[in-house]
Amino acid sequence: MTAPLVEGATGPWEVVIGLEVHAQVVSNAKLFSGAATAFGAEPNSQVSFVDAAMPGMLPVINRHCVEQAVKTGLALEARINLVSVFDRKNYFYPDLPAGYQISQYKNPIVGTGTIRLDMKDGSTRTIGITRLHLEQDAGKSLHDVAPGASHVDLNRAGVALMEIVSEPDLRSAEEAGAYLKKLRAILRYIGTCDGNMEEGSLRCDANVSVRRPGGALGTRCEIKNVNSIRFLQRAIEYETQRQIELIEGGGTVVQETRLYDANKGETRAMRSKEEAHDYRYFPDPDLMPLRLDPAWVARLKAGVPELPDAKKDRFMAAYGLSAYDAGVLVGDQVAADYFETVAKGRDAKLAANWVMVELFGALNRLGKEIDASPVSAVQLCGLLDLMADGTISGRLAKDVFAAMVETGKDAAIVVEEKGLRQVTDTGAIEAAIDAIMAREAAKVAEYRAGKDKLFGFFVGQVMRAMGGKANPAQLNDLLKHKLAG
Amino acid sequence: MAALTDLTISEARAGLRARSFSARELADAHVGAMERARELNAFITETADAARAGAGASDARLARGEAGPLEGIPLAIKDLFCTKGVTTTAGSHILHGFASPYESTVTANLWRAGAVMLGKTNLDEFAMGSSNMTSYHGPVVSPWRRKGSNARLVPGGSSGGSAAAVAARLCLGATGTDTGGSIRQPAAFSGIVGLKPTYGRCSRLGIVAFASSLDQAGPLARSVRDCAILLGAMAGHDPLDSTSVDRPVPDYEAALVRPLKGLRVGVPKEYRVDGMPAEIDALWRQGVAWLTDQGATVREVSLPHTRHALPTYYIVAPAEASSNLARYDGVRYGLRVAGDGVDGLYEATRAAGFGAEVQRRVLIGTYVLSAGYYDAYYLRAQRVRTLIARDFARAYEQVDVLLTPTAPSAAFAIGEKMDDPVAMYLNDVFTVPASLAGLPAISVPAGLSADGLPLGLQIIGRAFDEETVIAAGAALERAAGFSHRPDGIAP
Amino acid sequence: MSLDKATVARIARLARLRIEAQDQERMVGELNGILTWIEQLRAVDVEGVEPMTSVVAMDLVLREDVVTIPGDRDAVLANAPAKEHGFFVVPKVVE
Repeated sequence: MTAPLVEGATGPWEVVIGLEVHAQVVSNAKLFSGAATAFGAEPNSQVSFVDAAMPGMLPVINRHCVEQAVKTGLALEARINLVSVFDRKNYFYPDLPAGYQISQYKNPIVGTGTIRLDMKDGSTRTIGITRLHLEQDAGKSLHDVAPGASHVDLNRAGVALMEIVSEPDLRSAEEAGAYLKKLRAILRYIGTCDGNMEEGSLRCDANVSVRRPGGALGTRCEIKNVNSIRFLQRAIEYETQRQIELIEGGGTVVQETRLYDANKGETRAMRSKEEAHDYRYFPDPDLMPLRLDPAWVARLKAGVPELPDAKKDRFMAAYGLSAYDAGVLVGDQVAADYFETVAKGRDAKLAANWVMVELFGALNRLGKEIDASPVSAVQLCGLLDLMADGTISGRLAKDVFAAMVETGKDAAIVVEEKGLRQVTDTGAIEAAIDAIMAREAAKVAEYRAGKDKLFGFFVGQVMRAMGGKANPAQLNDLLKHKLAG
Repeated sequence: MAALTDLTISEARAGLRARSFSARELADAHVGAMERARELNAFITETADAARAGAGASDARLARGEAGPLEGIPLAIKDLFCTKGVTTTAGSHILHGFASPYESTVTANLWRAGAVMLGKTNLDEFAMGSSNMTSYHGPVVSPWRRKGSNARLVPGGSSGGSAAAVAARLCLGATGTDTGGSIRQPAAFSGIVGLKPTYGRCSRLGIVAFASSLDQAGPLARSVRDCAILLGAMAGHDPLDSTSVDRPVPDYEAALVRPLKGLRVGVPKEYRVDGMPAEIDALWRQGVAWLTDQGATVREVSLPHTRHALPTYYIVAPAEASSNLARYDGVRYGLRVAGDGVDGLYEATRAAGFGAEVQRRVLIGTYVLSAGYYDAYYLRAQRVRTLIARDFARAYEQVDVLLTPTAPSAAFAIGEKMDDPVAMYLNDVFTVPASLAGLPAISVPAGLSADGLPLGLQIIGRAFDEETVIAAGAALERAAGFSHRPDGIAP
Repeated sequence: MSLDKATVARIARLARLRIEAQDQERMVGELNGILTWIEQLRAVDVEGVEPMTSVVAMDLVLREDVVTIPGDRDAVLANAPAKEHGFFVVPKVVE
């Protein structure tokens, strides 16, 4: 696929984007201390003396966090570095208690990997991962508790983060969104990050530059403070336009950090004077190099679950789904599992349709995620089974489903309570047909005179008279027979 | 019987067990000595009440027959070790008012063994110094005087308060820390024994960090046996220090009686530096004779990179220090001086809180790590460090321990050498190489200079072979029979 | 290599150390004295020599993923020069 270009006043531009994602590692305790990591605790209530950088305190690394990073690396099909080093990144900030962040600089735990993107037009793009490293999160500074002061909460200080850096391979806001979505799906599949952008468990910085197609790379700006995929895309679109207009207006892009303002939908340069950063990285003398046992890595590799790409291929092969449908379903592991529960032993395409149209539609209206769905997969199975055995018709099924969404009740109960059981009694259907034919004698005559189109009218009338419960196939047969006279 | 303050730890231990005196009497004697010797400025914080209370508890345990290995032994603690509820200053203004809500692992080990804390001793600010003159709390005065002179002398540093307190009989033993010689050099200047264990032997948790890859805690006492006893209690694996080693702690006291026959001793020729005073050289030769007399074989060895050790140290240690001291920012503890905004607060606090030597080292350390200079300075120094460690490894293919002087001179006067930082750094010329290689080393008082000041000899051993170091140190001690005591303090 | 005033000022800024104008000259001199002395390391042949990464050969110890700290906010804040509502307080930070 050729790179999508942005048309400027003076010709086309190519956008070059690289993403740095900070993913909070799912763990009980922090990366280098035994303090808890739970979100939303009282300020400074989950802070050890290590996290507060009290004199003489020392870091000891959390085995599980190392395991999570390696698992993530394996899921990104990346090189696992059997020896990695923790470095100190030195800078002063009130929410960085030690005056340095323990991170990995020259020797990260995970090296190069890849992520496959499935684009809407059916094409695929392979995006390079430069590296993944482990580091400590900083604390949080609140700037609006009292005038003239900032308030520092160290609960988050020391929580394990994976920084996942992409190559500058992304060429549009859409691709950047797809990348982040895919990365989040992978992290959730393997349970190494909960992917919650609102709570800050997944944060994304974007490096954006523009250039003439095939030309030399332009000066990039780093956009921070983006806390949803939608905002990421908007921020990139805004920044792209800004840079193009700037250059076309005779200006030059200055390398800087910009904050995205979601309310205004624009990026702005940070107000603080930007100093040339000089982080003075050096290996943390409190920690030895981290050596991984290849056998341990191999065991972790064997334990990596089926990932989105493999699942998508399998859904297409085993269930006959289209690439698009399969792609949508595997985008979220809960959705994929939901679908598989419903599809197993049933009509897979029908199951996919119900999950993607009816269920997703209902969730969308309710503003709920699938893991909070009012209708469980097993309940949807019940509904589909009632359709399959003829207890209810397809048209009624939608009404039943709506009631299930509203009440959370099983399909069978809704059907019983509302008396929606399908009528298959030939006599009852015939009686209804006879009554309609008697009432609409003129139309019967027209039909018999050759106006075939009226057939649908009769079906509708009978169905309505029977409260929609007539078995449609039976109704069709009997009606055709009787109208034929 | 000798005065209670004149006892060694082993003698006091025997006396307490025999109920010849109580732990309370022992504590009272030392508290009295500590209070009478305030002119030495050896202590920053005295904890007399805690000492008496601790001694009372020790007497109860002694009575119940539950005595720990250091039961009732009054010790002084270098004020770099965090002690719960008692202020810890690191000799700096920047930790103003700081009382840690935790106890260092080493002191916790000592208290578990039954020891009693007399107070926190003075030190060079953040342990950066060889004279104890960089302390915010003022210099420590050595109890020693030159013959016929009243000039006040330094006790050495950075564990100068601990060394002076032990030498002046204000405590039976003390803790120190050694980064480039901070236990051994003040021990030599003060006529006592100081032992720096192998890096990783004692936990660093709760010790205010100076240079993390070099800092190591160790004992100062008046005999090799006492140092062995103290180290046995201080050492051990700490799962909360990633650089602490998980290996059993041997019975160091048992090593004292090891025969010297067959011990191979190396004399590194590169330590015979230009301008070494003749009396130091003579003492070194005497040390060779003492060990040979007791059955050791002595040969010359080469440590070719020795002369690069000091500059290497003065890159690595300040680099680590510049990062370790970044946490003193006036936000979470200690001194805070208002300034313009957060950065102004940092700059004002750190300018007011750190003394001149600390500021110099923080700046040097920042520079050698900064962009464009890292490879030329820090990385290069760490490579040279590898070469220095290799020198030792090669030497230990031929010998079991090395014998050297501890310091290139005897103690100097307070105020001397202050105008030239580099001249001061040269004090550590014999102690720094072993620090860079992480090796255990002991300084044993071996004689007096022409003007009557103590001189020490150093034994450097293989990593985690403190036992051989102790055995050789004890042999020097036996032969030297050093029984001089300082007279700069009234008994 | 020799440091000038501007370089010392830049390092001091990185280290967040305010150096008063009257002390700058002295500091430049002292630091140059030390740097000149440590420059001698340039003469050492370190070709192919690995930098020392750990003083004692041992593997990095790993801790289990267990919460061991009860979260004692009072202890964490006990020494704070300025605190309010359970937070550390600093002059307002501009982003």
